[in-house]
Amino acid sequence: MTTLTTALRPRRARRITWWKTATGLVLTAVMLFPVYWMLNVSFTRDQDMRKSPPDLFPVNGTLEGYRAVLDQQLPYLGTSLVIGLGTVVLTVTLAAPAGYALAKLRPRGGGVLSFLFLVAQMIPGIIMAMGFYAIYLSLGLLQSVPGLIVADSTLAVPFAVLIFTAFMSGIPEELLQAAKTDGAGPLRTFCSIVLPMSRNAVVTVSLFAFLWSWSDFVFASTLANGGAHEPITLGIYQYIGNNNQEWNAIMATAVVASLPATVILVLAQRYVAAGVTAGAVKD
Amino acid sequence: MKQTTHPPERRPVPDRKGAAATAPLPARPAPRRRRPTSQQWAAWAFLAPVTLYLVLFYAYPLYRNLDLSLRNYTVRSFVQGNAPFTGLANYRTVFDDPTFGPALTHTVVFTAVCLFFQYAIGLALAVFFNQNFRLSATLRALFLVPWLLPLIVSASTWSWMLNSDSGIVNAALNAVGIGPVNWLTSPSWSLTSVIIANVWIGVPFNLVVLYSGLQSIPTSLYEAAALDGAGAWRRFWHITFPLLRPVSAITLLLGLVYTLKVFDIIWIMTKGGPADSSTTFATWSYRLGFGNLLPAFGPGAAVGNLLVVAALVFGLVYLRVQRKQYAS
Repeated sequence: MTTLTTALRPRRARRITWWKTATGLVLTAVMLFPVYWMLNVSFTRDQDMRKSPPDLFPVNGTLEGYRAVLDQQLPYLGTSLVIGLGTVVLTVTLAAPAGYALAKLRPRGGGVLSFLFLVAQMIPGIIMAMGFYAIYLSLGLLQSVPGLIVADSTLAVPFAVLIFTAFMSGIPEELLQAAKTDGAGPLRTFCSIVLPMSRNAVVTVSLFAFLWSWSDFVFASTLANGGAHEPITLGIYQYIGNNNQEWNAIMATAVVASLPATVILVLAQRYVAAGVTAGAVKD
Repeated sequence: MKQTTHPPERRPVPDRKGAAATAPLPARPAPRRRRPTSQQWAAWAFLAPVTLYLVLFYAYPLYRNLDLSLRNYTVRSFVQGNAPFTGLANYRTVFDDPTFGPALTHTVVFTAVCLFFQYAIGLALAVFFNQNFRLSATLRALFLVPWLLPLIVSASTWSWMLNSDSGIVNAALNAVGIGPVNWLTSPSWSLTSVIIANVWIGVPFNLVVLYSGLQSIPTSLYEAAALDGAGAWRRFWHITFPLLRPVSAITLLLGLVYTLKVFDIIWIMTKGGPADSSTTFATWSYRLGFGNLLPAFGPGAAVGNLLVVAALVFGLVYLRVQRKQYAS
């Protein structure tokens, strides 16, 4: 199919497209160079680390860095996974019903609430962290996993409510009216019609909630520092902070910490794009 | 808040976002009839958890932060909660601090330079990717990678790349005959270094949003201009740029709000140093509150609140612009 159309196109046009693809490849390579460098360093041997100029390819590759990850970082990764999943559950549980109410039930004062969610997104995390620190100190929630889940969810809940509201506004009114005629109350309608139809929004929200809580550093370093359960971002940070010279181990941890983002981009690119440009969220 | 930049990451795109913001706003008289009391009860039952959440986990931490900034806290009184009320003394301390001037300058320079380059590069790439060529969709998707990576990953990678002795950047500069630059350890370069890293992280967001803006410009306009003999450069300045203005305004304002609060990148790469040369309000606030053995929670909270005020001012400007665009 494509070969047919390109064959029919004039020669000059084809050459221009070819140049554009080549330029695109070069630009992408430049943009992704730091990512490649992270991979390269993660395979570099300690004795080659200070070599000048550095090797552009891991010619004498080693897995030492990854062995260090397996030995030292697994608990951190586990904590991050638990916190990420907890954040997803909390975010969806809070935001999906709110989205339904704002989109379909016309609550009095709903406009004000939506406005507050937009404003909430603009508050710097570092300020929230200081407030949370003061509160958690008196509640004894510092260095606890539930405490971190709640704090991390503040990164995602306002975004989630806005995504759910936008998505659920698109569900046809007649469908909900029909359910009502059949005697279904709002709860029933929500559980058996609205929620199943909003599967895409749930996926988008879950992906972002997970990624943000997985990547969170501000809350982790203020609320979980020194505790028994520290997330992977702190694992990496302590590696660097200890004046550690084993950059292959640091970069190997960084590679492992980037896996969720990579997997999500490969498997669910559609939903990622939908999250950035929420206009595309429609079935 | 990958946040950050976390990113400037979490906004739905303009038009739809307008819908999200304004759709639930009641058009006064008409819906009143259609709002039975039982539905109101149901609506607020659905909204109750999230409203409670908003009060407990947004309003209350913010209130605690305000309270922190108005009292003279020590470690002891922080735990016991009986610090004396001192009014605006913490704010005065902050304004008189020798760090205030440099922190303000760095915040403004960091935000302005990051915004400019993120937007310019993002727009150039968006225009480039808008000419659909083979692989363009795949490559555009790959551009999202820097934006999805945890900030600590990006920041530590850049730290190593910019390392004075063993970094690849200095090795490359050396190859073309430029002497080694102490990117992270020299006061004259540290701000530049964190700006470079932050621009790298912010370009994908600008690319994606501006690209979606470009898609809504009808191709017939370009065809007409091409028939009139307008070259690519003129077409860009006379069609693309003016028609993209609403999307650009939204992108820049959002970028502004998110760049103001960038913390992770700077803290991980330079800790605001050396000698405050890359300190912004965000890192200064953190250092006051958490970075020292003796935390100064009061002044730290005061700096943070100044940042909140700045973010909210621009945030409200953004909401105004966006709502106006949605209305028109």
